[in-house]
This record gives sequence, C-alpha cells and structure tokens, in this order.
Amino acid sequence: MEKSTFRLKSGLAEMLKGGVIMDVVTAEQAKIAEDAGAVAVMALERVPADIRKEGGVARMSDPKLIREIKAAVTIPVMAKCRIGHIAEAKILEALNIDYIDESEVLTPADDKHHVEKSLFKIPFVCGATNLGEALRRINEGAAMIRTKGEAGTGNIVEAVRHVRRVKEDITALDSLSKAQLLAYAKKERVPLELVLETKKLGRVPVVNFAAGGVATPADAALMMQLGCDGVFVGSGIFKSSNPRRYARAIVEAVTHFNDAKLLAKVSEGLGEAMRGLEISSLPTRLQDRGW
Amino acid sequence: MVGVLALQGDFREHFAVLCKLGVDAKEVRTKEDLSRVDGLIMPGGESTTINKLLRRQGLDEEIKRKARIGFPVFGTCAGAILLSKEIIGDSQQPLGLLDISVKRNAYGAQLDSFEEDIDVKGIGLVKAAFIRAPLITRVGKGAEVLARYQGNPVLVRQGNLLASTFHPEIEGETKIHELFLKMIKERRTPSE
Repeated sequence: MEKSTFRLKSGLAEMLKGGVIMDVVTAEQAKIAEDAGAVAVMALERVPADIRKEGGVARMSDPKLIREIKAAVTIPVMAKCRIGHIAEAKILEALNIDYIDESEVLTPADDKHHVEKSLFKIPFVCGATNLGEALRRINEGAAMIRTKGEAGTGNIVEAVRHVRRVKEDITALDSLSKAQLLAYAKKERVPLELVLETKKLGRVPVVNFAAGGVATPADAALMMQLGCDGVFVGSGIFKSSNPRRYARAIVEAVTHFNDAKLLAKVSEGLGEAMRGLEISSLPTRLQDRGW
Repeated sequence: MVGVLALQGDFREHFAVLCKLGVDAKEVRTKEDLSRVDGLIMPGGESTTINKLLRRQGLDEEIKRKARIGFPVFGTCAGAILLSKEIIGDSQQPLGLLDISVKRNAYGAQLDSFEEDIDVKGIGLVKAAFIRAPLITRVGKGAEVLARYQGNPVLVRQGNLLASTFHPEIEGETKIHELFLKMIKERRTPSE
C-alpha cells in the first residue's frame, strides 16, 4: 500500500473539478457552504475583504477554529499557510486537514523561498500569475494551481489576466526551438521536462482553479469558460447580501457554465453582490507576493 | 455511446479511459443528454455536491427510472455512494438502486488515501486509487462482490449496476471500464 504519492495528491484535486471551494470563517458558515453544494471549504479567521480592510499581519488560522470547521462538515477542508512558512504548514498537516493553500492572501514569511511542498505528505495548492510561476510551484511539489486574482476585491479582472497569461505562455511554447525551450526553462528556474510535459499536454499539468475576485455566478462561469477546472470563492459569498442563495447560484453556474439560459435563471434576484474595489485604488496588490 | 455524468468530479479521467479504449463518450449534464447514451458512468467527486446537482436537474428520477429497466450504470467512489441504498450516519438520500450500505470517508482524511493493486474476480490485478474512499458495510443478496481489500468489498455488481469504492480512472486503468462496456453490450444484444 502506498500513501501520499503525487498521484493521490493531484487525484484529490481531480475530484474537486467542476466544483466551488468556499472561504468560511465559522463552523456555521461551513455548514451553509456544504448545504449549498461546495466541494470543499477553506477554513479562515477572516475573509480576504476583511484582511484588506483591517490590515496588520495575516497569519495561519487558530487550530481550534480549523478543528471546529472540520468537525462540522464531511467535505474536504483546506487551510492557508503563509508563503514559505514551513512551521505553519507542518501544524496544518498535523491537524489532518485535506489540503494546504500556500497563500499570498496571508503575509509572506519568507521573501525568497516557498515551502518545499514535495517534502510534505499533505497536498498543496498555490497561486500563479503566469506559466513560469505555476511550474515553479509544481516543481516544489504543488499538486494544484490557482490564479492569484486580487482577493477581497470582488473584481475579476486580475484572475482573468492570469488565466489568459498562462494560456498565452503555453501557446508560445509551441513556436520555440529546443534551445529556446531550454533557455525558457532556465530563465523560469524549472526543469526542462516539466516545460516539455506542459507543451505536450497543452495545459498546466495539474488541476487549475480560478481564485480571487469571483463575486457573482457570471464571474464563476466566465472563469470556467476561460478553461479553469473549478473556482475558489473567498469574500464573494459571505460578503454578499444573501450568502445561501449566492453560494447555491455559484455552484450551479460552475457546473452549467456553458448554459446561458440556466445562468440567467440562477443570477435572477440574488440581491446585492459584495461591494467591489477598483484595482488601481489598492494600496497593496496581493498577487505581487510570491516569487 | 457511453455517457459520463459531468456535473462535478473527475469526469475528464473517465473520458480519457474511454478514449484509450476507442469508445465514443458524451458528457451528461441534463435529462436530454441522458436520453442519448446507452450507459452512464458516475465519476468520483463530492457525493454531496453531485447529489444536489442531480436533483436540481431532475436527473435523479430519470437515472432511477432507466436503471430499473436495465440501463447500465457504473459508479466510482462518489458515484458508488450515490448508487447505494443507504449512507450510514449521513442525512443525504442516495439513489437507492444498488443494494449496498456505505460509509463515507471511512478510511479518514486525505493523508489516509492510498494506492493498491486489487485482485478482481475474472479479471486479475487492477491498479486502484482510494481517495477519501467510502467503505461498503453491507452487501445485499442480489449483489455480487467482485473484489475485496482487507476483507472489505471494494467492487460490487448487481445486474446492470457496477460500483467501485476506488478510482481505476486515476491510474489510467482500463480493465474495469472494459467490464462495464461488456455490460452495455450484453444489454444491447440479449444472449437468450
């Protein structure tokens, strides 16, 4: 019997595909998320919109909160550690949750190194704004990738930029000679094999979700139409005027992302979405964190 | 044509296996899609999510109606949970087609997921991934256990229904799918 193989780590991500992973800050919210049809929950102390507003150093959540959320639901539970914070990652692994998000939403702990994720038994998801960044994270052991849209803004533009950029980068590989591919791998500090595998598959070699700025069912459907495998929703649900309805509508929008009639139906009369933020007005761009 | 339920989960991996076997496959998201296929694979994923999405589309009743008159259905992991009669200690209602009882996440969280070669009756060794896998705690008289792991049933067949608690598709394993294709073919050309 083999445990914690890369196939099992990425395999769980495959099971999450076509689904919505929701940020929750209490056991009660976790239950609402599960009832709405979330495939997993992200256990947090504060949603990104509040982290932005309140400022200060954002850290891993209290293990007590994570345990309470884990006890409240039967779906997988994820939690965030700071970029490069090996000790927080070890604590989350010891809590026996299902996935760790090494996240730019929290304040980075290391300005040069990400967690060496292949040394862990638990799978990791990481953010990426372009292909090189995605491949560096996969090379470190990440079994799932997501965009780094500006969390807590309710503004989808950055997540769209990232998913399009990754696609363009992959398309560009097609026109490169062997020597140019080698130079690309060297410049991005990733093994050539990983670049070649990506080129052959025509996509990132692990499950790739949208994250950051998803506020409406239409936002979620947009990211699916752009080729994402599923969607993380942070502040978009519990900062909306009607979390239960928003949660359910976003779940349906991700499944039926190509069915415009159904999207119209689920988008109807939802009440006010979260108040958004213009990207140019932000004092801190979270997506710039990570190297 | 074989349908793969594409509401949520690892339907892409099932597609890849069918493609390897040279079989035409179709994504099933609505009742209309379902009416065009000769058999249905219900993939792995989150059973709670897939169950809700099935009901919102009215697909649950349609799958039940068809399965009762011989339509072949194969469920892996979450798919097996949905096919079952009873989910122990869980409020969600499965389709109740296959006479087994299951317990979700019975092996534990993700750190307890594992890979193992499983000996299947009439087939031999197959590669299997158990990811937050359920346990089959009871098998009714009409159902046949085709494989066990550590004494517990992991692959069960009852007439036109097939259920595995593991994922052959994640391993790129084709043998279980070949068995399912045979079940579809048998239905199309009755031997009597």
